[in-house]
Parts: sequence; structure tokens; C-alpha cells
Amino acid sequence: MTLAAAPSSFVPASAATHGLGVAFERLGRQFGDKRVLERVDLAIPAGQFVAVIGKSGCGKSTLLRLIAGLDRPTAGRILFEGPHDGEAIRIMFQEPRLLPWERVLANVEVGLPALVTGEARHQRARAMLAEVGLADRAGEWPAVLSGGQKQRVALARALASGPRLLALDEPLGALDALTRIEMQGLVERIWLDQRFTAILVTHDVSEALALADRVILIDEGHVALDLDVPLPRPRRRGSAELAELEGRILARLFGG
Amino acid sequence: MSLVERGAKISAAIVGADTSDGAPVRRARLAALEGRIAGWILPALLVALWEFLSRIGFIAPNVLPAPSAIASAGWQALKSGDLVHHMAVSTLRALSGLVVGGIVGLVFGIANGLSDLSRRYTDTTLQMVRNVPHLALIPLVILWFGIEEEAKLFLVALGVFFPIYINTLHGVRTVDPQLIEMGRVYGMSPFTLFRRVILPGALPSIFVGLRFALGIMWLTLIVAETIAASSGLGYMAMQAREFLLVDIVVLAILIYALLGKLADVLTGVLEHLCLKWHPAFQKPRS
Repeated sequence: MTLAAAPSSFVPASAATHGLGVAFERLGRQFGDKRVLERVDLAIPAGQFVAVIGKSGCGKSTLLRLIAGLDRPTAGRILFEGPHDGEAIRIMFQEPRLLPWERVLANVEVGLPALVTGEARHQRARAMLAEVGLADRAGEWPAVLSGGQKQRVALARALASGPRLLALDEPLGALDALTRIEMQGLVERIWLDQRFTAILVTHDVSEALALADRVILIDEGHVALDLDVPLPRPRRRGSAELAELEGRILARLFGG
Repeated sequence: MSLVERGAKISAAIVGADTSDGAPVRRARLAALEGRIAGWILPALLVALWEFLSRIGFIAPNVLPAPSAIASAGWQALKSGDLVHHMAVSTLRALSGLVVGGIVGLVFGIANGLSDLSRRYTDTTLQMVRNVPHLALIPLVILWFGIEEEAKLFLVALGVFFPIYINTLHGVRTVDPQLIEMGRVYGMSPFTLFRRVILPGALPSIFVGLRFALGIMWLTLIVAETIAASSGLGYMAMQAREFLLVDIVVLAILIYALLGKLADVLTGVLEHLCLKWHPAFQKPRS
């Protein structure tokens, strides 16, 4: 398995990436007798946007928790492409998980490295808030924000340290359909700008196809499908190509 | 000139607006005033009824003196400096007991909330001690400390320890585990995690403990002072009883009520300062 795999053809070769590549080698995770993940072999090159989909309980969230270091594999291993520090990998959860007792700006600062102090800390956090379109809400309590705004603050927090790998654990799952589409656009824009490696866990096939370079379907702990999505961005919702791919994935999911 | 004219016009307009909106504004002010005094209407009515019944001779002065008599007795005691002295002594005792017992309760609550090891070894003991009514220790405490300050400090500290301990423990253990996980993933050190996630998360519960503790604090102190003391409000009331000064006894009881209310108000202010973020403490947005 080569970690420094050449970027797939659909990623422009010139796109500079500081992303962090990651590979799984016969990765397994067992809870008691239940094998949630089994012999997963997968290589994700730096800067790629990968969507991991599957039915609930298929082990996709476990995979993400293993990458983020929240859990340890019971078999196999995870290999990162080269050394990285604690701020290189960030996770965005399904819930915003903002500290309710700190203002929006201070919540974004949670994501900054401890080395950044004083006024620089506020400035970087403000810049990240502006990036997600919430510059004017810096002084608010999280409790007064809407669900979509809270999740945008969580995104700003995750991106504050300039991560090389962003793990997204169904972060848009709890949002209403329109807010979700808006957020997908925001995530895509920021990813195109910063080119980190993005691993998005979702149960929404159309969301996976709208955002990802590559869709991985996990079924009963195995990689059931590994599909490239060689479509130009921004992608048009409801286009024939997307519909065709979506049909193939759903057929594999439910058709057996 | 034209500017002045415009200014005059505007102020006239404002005055006009004020007179036309006068009734609603006045009603709003009245509503605000009503909100502030509502709680005091019933006590005031009761005092008025009591004064009336005393004046017509329905209540004998040696059973319950009239409020006016108590007020004048209070004024006398205040002028002589006795009342201030006893109140200061009692307040100091109450607060020092609260500080000692509160800090010990807070430390044990946090330690047992964070560490399974600490909880395994101390919680059973603390729960057993908790079920002994602390006032039952008064004879023992008198044997140990006599009627010195240590006796009161010990009893008050013991009394306030448990509500603060139990509520701190509960608060620390029920902090949202998702937030703790977030803090860990975002590289917070154990100390930062405690300061920014666990302590603020436990604070609402700690305040509940503090409110309980304040009630127990007065209760313990008054009982202790009534039984064994040479100063303080409880002592003042006991001494007055010996000389059949009913007005001073009633005065002491009323002062307890006011001090209890004062402690409650102070806790409320503290809560508003510390829990500004909490939706329950935020003013509804207009």
C-alpha cells in the first residue's frame, strides 16, 4: 500500500494541498463480541474529500472516531502520512458541542493552538467567524443562535487551527433541508480554499455525492463499495450523472 | 436659528408623544413597581393585622407585643449598640462556618466527581455521617469545645458541608460527557478542561447546594447559640426570655427571617453574575 498515492485524476494536479493522507491496514474494532469494523483496507490521499456512507450501526462513525483518536482499533492499524501534531486532525460532531457558558468568539478560540495568545487569538477567531459568515455574532451566547448557526460556529472552531484532516461526523444531520444545503455549500467552499483532507460520515447519499471526490460505502463492517465521483464542482443538484451514481449506491445498499 | 426651531419642534413632538403615550407608559411603570413589591404585600398586611389586633387588646402584650412595640424595642437595642454587636457576631459565625464547610464540601464533591478512586474510598463514609443529624452532636461538641467559637464553627461547617458536597458531586458527574469529549479532542489540558468545561457545567447544581446550605447555616447557628453561647442573636433571644422581654424575643425571630431573605437575595445576585449564559437567567429578547 503506497501512502503517497498520486492524487486521483479528478483533483487538479496543480491544487496545492497541505492535507494529511491516511491509510487503514486490516483495521478492526470489536465491542465485546460485536465486530463493528473488520479488515478495512483503505488509503485516503492527502487533500481528498471522502464521504463514508452506510446504514446506521454499520461502523462508519466508529471509523471516524478511530481516525480522530477518540477510540483505539482492536486489530490492524491506522497510518498517517508523515508526522503531525494534535492540531492537525480536527473532528466536527453531529451536535455543535459549544460551551454554553462561553461567548461565540471564545468558543471558536477553543480550536486555536495554545501557542496563539492575546490579541492574535481574538483576531484569528474573528477571521474564522467571518469565514463562516457569523462575524457579527461574536459576542453572543450560544443559546441564542439557531441550530445552523451553532453548527457554523462549530465549523469555525474545527477550522481555527488550520487542520490538515477534518473528520465530519454527520455534522449536518440534525439541520433542516434548506440550512443543510447552505451548509454543504459553505463546507465545499472552505475545502476548495484550504484543501485539507476531508472525511465526511453521512447517511445522506445525495449529500455525499454533492460534496465528495470519492464515496465509500460501509456495510456490516466491510468496505462494500469504493466509488470515484469524477464530476466538476460546483455540482448541479438533480443532474443526470448524480442521479445515476445515487441509483448505483442505493442499489448496492438495498439491492444486495 | 432654524436649527433651534427644529430642535424646539422635535422636543415639542417628543413631549406630545409623551402625553399621548402617557397612559401606557404609566401602566408599564406601575407593572414594574408591582413586580418589585408583590412579595412584600402579604407580610405588610399581616403586620398591619397584627398591630390592629394588639391595639384592640385581642392579643395580650405579654403573649405577643404589637409590631410598634417591637420596633421601639429594636430601636432601643440598636441605639445601645447591643443589636449590632449580636448581629455582627452571629453573621461572622455563620459566614466563617459557611466558608469552612463550603470549601471542604466543594473539594470533596469535585474530587469524588472526578475520581472513581476517591469516591470509592470516601463516599460511603460521608453518606453514613450525613445520616446522623448534626445537631445531635451538640452535647458532644460542648464537651469538646465548651461554648467557645469553635463549637459554633464546627456545627455550622458540618451542617453546610453535606448540601454543598452532594450537589457539587451531582453537578460534576452530570456535566455533558459530549462537551468533555470535545475538550479532550481539542487538546485541553486536564486543568483547562476542569476550568472551562467541568466547573462551569457543575455551577448551576453547586448553587442549588449553596441555597440549601444557607438555610441549614442559620438553623444550625441559631440552635447552637440558643443552647450554648455568650453572644449572638440566639443568645440575645435566650437572655430576653429569662427577663420575660417578649418584644426582644420576637425581634430576634424577625431578624432571622430578614437575614434569611438577605442571604437568598445575595445568592440570587451571585447566580445572575455566574450563570449569565444560562437560558433560564437570560432576559427574554424583545
